Amino acid sequence: MKADHSLDCVGLYCPMPIVKTAEKIKELKPGEVLEVVADDEGIKQDMPAWCQTTGHEFLGTEEEGGEIKVYVRKKRD
Amino acid sequence: MAEKEKLTIVVFSGELDRALAAFIVATTGASMGMDTTMFFTFWGLNIIKKNEGGIRGKGLMRKMLNFMNRGGSKRLKLSRFHMLGLGTWMMKRLMKESNVPSIEEFITMAKQMGVKLVPCSTTCGVMGLEQDSFRSEADSIAGAAFFLNEARQSGVTLFI
Repeated sequence: MKADHSLDCVGLYCPMPIVKTAEKIKELKPGEVLEVVADDEGIKQDMPAWCQTTGHEFLGTEEEGGEIKVYVRKKRD
Repeated sequence: MAEKEKLTIVVFSGELDRALAAFIVATTGASMGMDTTMFFTFWGLNIIKKNEGGIRGKGLMRKMLNFMNRGGSKRLKLSRFHMLGLGTWMMKRLMKESNVPSIEEFITMAKQMGVKLVPCSTTCGVMGLEQDSFRSEADSIAGAAFFLNEARQSGVTLFI
């Protein structure tokens, strides 16, 4: 999937990938896509949940090797 | 989201593991856009006491209490397997190796994210603690009415 911004969270456990995503998303313009790369399994459940609460759009998950990539489209500021 | 959702956590316990659980939920709540308050009472106050400085409290009994119960984010013990410090030391090492922030780092992070860190007034009174006993990140001391007013507006309230 194509993304405008990428955030490396490899080696970080909950809650750091979510905390960093919340921080990073502030830099994006509405409509832009953020890719978060992580290796903590929790992200697969946590990112859709975070999107549901914050109102951003969850676009999906890609996995290759031990790496998990999740994609989020920023809805509004 | 129409109105900002709220999360209130009563932090009653002062152990490293329980503090960690409280801060993980609090910082995640703040990341999810929730208006988050941590209300520290009883042993929980140890988490936000200053690490430095002398023994606090007026009178012999309070001095004794604060000597036995020194507090400070760097002095917290595990609730199980403290083993005279060995277990706690090992847990801290494992946390560091796993890139999990220390309680010290969690306090700074929570504050930056807008989490309110409120010491309970009654336990402060009983234990002889004042605003000055707490680190600069702590918000103003408040009572049960403050907590209940936050809690009644919160979708999520936890007691740790």
